[in-house]
Amino acid sequence: MAFQDPRAGTAIAAILVALPMAAILAAVVHGATGADPALWAHLTEHVLARVTVNTVVLVIGVVAIAVALGTALAWLTAACEFPGRGFFAWALLLPMAVPAYVLAFVAVATLDYAGAVPVALRAHFGAGFTVPPIRSTGGVIAVLGLASYPYVYLMARGAFLTHGARALEAAQSLGFGPWSGLLRVAVPLARPWIAGGAALVAMETLADFGAVSVFNYDTYTTAIYKAWYGLFSIETALGLALLLLAFVAVALAAERLARGRARYAAADSGIRRAARLALPGARGWIACGIASTVFALGFALPALVLARWALGVAPLDLDARYVGYALRTLALAGMAAAACLALAVVLGYATRFDAGRVPRAAARIATLGYAVPGTVLAVGVVTALGGIDAAWRALTGHDGLWLQGTVVALLFGYVARFLAVANVPVQGGFARIRPSLEEAARSLGLQTRELVTRLHLPLLGAGLGTALLLVFVDVMKEMPITLMTRPFGWDTLAVRVFEMTAEGDWQRAALPALMIVAAGLLPVALLVWRMERATRAA
Amino acid sequence: MTAGNVFHRRAGALLVVASLLLSSAAEAAGQPLVVYTARKYQLVEQLFQEYGRERGIEVKSVTDDGAPLIQRLTAEGAASPADVFVTVDAGDLWRATQAGLLQPVRSARLEAAIPAHLRDPEGHWFGLAVRARTIAYSTARVKPAELSTYAALAEPRWKGRLCLRSGKSAYNQSLVAMFINDMGEEATERMVRGWIANLATEPFSNDTLMLKAIAAGQCDVGITNSYYLGRLQHEQAGIPVQIFWADQAGQGTHVNVSGAGVAKHAKNRAEAVRFLEWLASPAIQQRFAAVNFEFPANAGVDPLPEVKAWGSFRPNQVNVGLIGKAQPAAVMLIDRVGWR
Repeated sequence: MAFQDPRAGTAIAAILVALPMAAILAAVVHGATGADPALWAHLTEHVLARVTVNTVVLVIGVVAIAVALGTALAWLTAACEFPGRGFFAWALLLPMAVPAYVLAFVAVATLDYAGAVPVALRAHFGAGFTVPPIRSTGGVIAVLGLASYPYVYLMARGAFLTHGARALEAAQSLGFGPWSGLLRVAVPLARPWIAGGAALVAMETLADFGAVSVFNYDTYTTAIYKAWYGLFSIETALGLALLLLAFVAVALAAERLARGRARYAAADSGIRRAARLALPGARGWIACGIASTVFALGFALPALVLARWALGVAPLDLDARYVGYALRTLALAGMAAAACLALAVVLGYATRFDAGRVPRAAARIATLGYAVPGTVLAVGVVTALGGIDAAWRALTGHDGLWLQGTVVALLFGYVARFLAVANVPVQGGFARIRPSLEEAARSLGLQTRELVTRLHLPLLGAGLGTALLLVFVDVMKEMPITLMTRPFGWDTLAVRVFEMTAEGDWQRAALPALMIVAAGLLPVALLVWRMERATRAA
Repeated sequence: MTAGNVFHRRAGALLVVASLLLSSAAEAAGQPLVVYTARKYQLVEQLFQEYGRERGIEVKSVTDDGAPLIQRLTAEGAASPADVFVTVDAGDLWRATQAGLLQPVRSARLEAAIPAHLRDPEGHWFGLAVRARTIAYSTARVKPAELSTYAALAEPRWKGRLCLRSGKSAYNQSLVAMFINDMGEEATERMVRGWIANLATEPFSNDTLMLKAIAAGQCDVGITNSYYLGRLQHEQAGIPVQIFWADQAGQGTHVNVSGAGVAKHAKNRAEAVRFLEWLASPAIQQRFAAVNFEFPANAGVDPLPEVKAWGSFRPNQVNVGLIGKAQPAAVMLIDRVGWR
């Protein structure tokens, strides 16, 4: 039987999954060999030290904020009871639907010296009144932190909901309050899931171009753009991208160290609902205040600003084309999410059934793309597919393009970029299935196929849902790969945002940006509803 | 065989040949025109569609920044479907020419319509709209008589009063490149260091933010592409910021172009040339520039009345293609002086 020894196929499957990213990497490495030594000397002398420091500061700051907010809010909504908890449980995920670059331009447009808020404050308190500048290191860290904490929130909440009951009981029996319970029992138990979310945040921050360029904050990514756009040296830009990947390798190694050798698996495979820890009186309202502030800054206020701008430009711009933009956005996000999920499950099995080096190495390569600036990845995609197309022409004698400029090219790019996003929750899901359960199932005579359908898939449910949601929302927000590889007529909402913002026209970009946010709400709501139902049913 | 039969056969053959010719002519007319454009859709979409309707063909286009479009063209090679490449920066046109992605075009119409300094001498590209990068000042705190040249903004009297956009902006890079051409690297670097020393605040990520900061009183002068102020003045009449034409006694105000060329491997070359000629024709030039408050490249065409109100100016007559050549040196200079 094909399933008798799962190891036989898994290594090959893992290698196949890693192929797109490997092809892109090969294209990047090949391109980087052409880097100009004179430009390298210049970059080493004048650029690299500063952008390295900036990038490290940014990543540490953003990850710290995302982990603190994500973990604390997940604990509050999963294990405590306070006014508005039911609302915040799902509402706190909504900032995920707001692209970081959109949050950035809303923040700068409203909070910079000439923005509405400081202008109003000066009008009220006098011309000498100053507010801390939003265009600063603190400002860009705050904005990226707000935009990315939902990744940690989602992962940590999933862990708290499964471990929460036991953690809470343990905490209570030890006489801990809600905060010491969080820090001393729940967080240590949920560490791998929090670390997984933090790794996603770190990679996303390393790859960010849109938000940091609104703040004019120089990072590795902006240096890559500058080498390419300004110095006209794509080769040098690719060389810089490889250096960035070295950063990532270090970050991922650190994450593995943080995870340690310990194996984490829920003691009880089902989800049990414990009484939530009530936060009485003032403490409940403080919790409510924290949640409200994050929700307001990360979602409600930016959405209101966008809505106001969008109302102003809708008469000029809104017409039937937007139906097309929205439908194509949803279609691409859906296809990419499905593809990433399927491949992540393959990787999950490969690494679970085969502890050898090949599947693990393949998984690492396959998931590198999330840390590569989208535009570098896009260059890798068009170069790799250009090579394939040239080979196809040579073999078949056709002229024209075979893969380039098709939806396949887009999906190729999306999978390379977002497989990591699906992989983290899927791996987290597998980690929650105790190996002893599999042994028990096998001893009851279950074949591998039944193991998958009757044991794994039901238990993986929440992780699969999380993976789908994350990729779906990320693809909707994605810009550079869509721009560079899309076929004619495949303009999406993000493409529209790009066209408006490229000339600094942020207010006109509000309309497509708001539609991205609105379209993102649906999958977010679905996922939250599932999570809540799963907890309630148990 | 009767004579009649022969006649019929010949007539039949003629009909077949004629219909073949007609259908191939119809096919040629029906072949779509493919445009890769860094000039964003909202500024060109109506014109593209109008041209398609006039010619009875489909105009297909994709937008992206100039550099990624160049990379896309490179990767597609001879199989590329692109006929026309449109940019918003002379540097990208120069770069595409260097990379062998554009083909020379000889067209009396284009050469008559577009002044020599706004097009490639060999016809690889033609400027279609002119963007002037000059001084913007606060009408509340600065008198025009205080202003003269770009270099004067480096003087100590402007300490803490100057705003600039990011040094990563292609428009600033091309400005610096022009100075490197005109006065050499050393003098340019001295001037740019002076600007940086005079900054009132961190450089902005776009011109619009910077102009709003001048209006709000964060600084008094800045350097901007004039059309950004055109847009702002259109939105808020009476905004206390005005345009000053820099370097009128010297080399002239710095200009860049949004322009286009015919792709090396164009499948529909004749149509592509015709399209460029159409874009350079007076009636279309007016609209091509007006939609973004720019100046038409065709010297015989007037800009918008709002744009004309800024007064006429003498542009730097050096060929804008030289900007691209000096741009890497400009970027390195910008890095050295720490213009973020």
